Amino acid sequence: MMEIGVLDLEQLPTIKPINTLVFHPGRCVNCGMCLQVCPHRVFTPGERRVRMVNGADCMECGACQKNCPANAIEVDSGVGCASAMIIAALKGRDEVKCGEDCCR
Amino acid sequence: MSSDYASDLLPTVARLGKEERRDHAKARLGFDRMGHRVRPGLYTLGSPNRESKVLVTANYTLSFDALRSALVGRDAFLLVLDTQGINVWCAAGKGTFGTDELLKAIEATLLAERVEHRDLILPQLSAPGVSAKAVKEGSGFTVKYGPVRAEDLPEYLDIGECTEDMRRARFDLRDRMVLAPVEMRNYRWGLILMLLAAVLIPFYGLMAMILTLGGLFLFPVLLPYLPGKALSFKGMVLGALLVTPFALFQTFPTADLVTVIAVVAEYLLLVPWIGYLALNFTGSTPFASRTGVKKEIFTYIPIMAIMSVSGAFLSAFGALGVVGGWL
Repeated sequence: MMEIGVLDLEQLPTIKPINTLVFHPGRCVNCGMCLQVCPHRVFTPGERRVRMVNGADCMECGACQKNCPANAIEVDSGVGCASAMIIAALKGRDEVKCGEDCCR
Repeated sequence: MSSDYASDLLPTVARLGKEERRDHAKARLGFDRMGHRVRPGLYTLGSPNRESKVLVTANYTLSFDALRSALVGRDAFLLVLDTQGINVWCAAGKGTFGTDELLKAIEATLLAERVEHRDLILPQLSAPGVSAKAVKEGSGFTVKYGPVRAEDLPEYLDIGECTEDMRRARFDLRDRMVLAPVEMRNYRWGLILMLLAAVLIPFYGLMAMILTLGGLFLFPVLLPYLPGKALSFKGMVLGALLVTPFALFQTFPTADLVTVIAVVAEYLLLVPWIGYLALNFTGSTPFASRTGVKKEIFTYIPIMAIMSVSGAFLSAFGALGVVGGWL
């Protein structure tokens, strides 16, 4: 029987769907935090580590990255709001705040 | 920065009254957008003891009221963070419902002295702003993420964990519909302009107004049923559907060249307009990602711009033709 050592785990390929979400299964400690926080069931429980099954549904909220204790998930989080992006572009700023600048 | 947290316990009740309903109506209509605030602090619901659960929320009245009204007949502590009157999800996205604010609130309300246990129940949608690990390290409290919706809290508290369904962000008809009045308010100046236009050119002013209102109210309703994936595309389909009755009215049974030009211009101007309204709805949905919206902007804004400019030229051409007498 082949043993799965640390090295093998580290060599698991990273998984990247069409957005900015990147999952490094080799670092996953199977704590299940991502399963708790994801509102779109991007991850599903696995025996040794979670599996990313709905990467395309990710809305890049960043909850999983923020709560993953093993840095197994990377995502360039941000708000998927066209109004905010258009207003920011018109005002020449990187980002606008909801409420004060936008959606009033 | 001075802390606005009440250091004393603040009593509250689960039953909402007339005053709350009036406040909710105003919030839903977009009046006093930033003024729907609750005082940050630690609230007592019923008569909690040192073993009672601690549930955390934002200091936006709709958030706070959703939480307490879900807990009828229960004793609990409600820890209200200072999110500057912004709801949980949006505040978490901007970090105001975040690790630092939570640590500050725990300290300012002397929470550790008031309860024996070390568990906090946070709304699931606050997770983009909160690192459970950092909260544990900073305060000794363990963050547990409860359901997405406050209405699922009784079941969650009874069974002690979330079901799969409770973990999912849904966007039901009711959730989509309540957004329409606020959207309408966001476009109030445009609507007023169309009303003024209706005085000069009644047919077109009213048409633009009816289409805009139709877009704002029907788009959320029809969202799941309109074809395509991009909201812009769905909106453009809805725009075309809404222009068609007007176009048929104008061209049936016969139409001269001027009318045909006018009808084509209507499609070219109003289809991208409803598409644009739909594009701006992305921020209201619980599923649009930044990557997706960026892609959508770069794909559809040029199409909308080309259509609008062509429509404007065609309108000008038609109007000049009529005035000049050569059409």
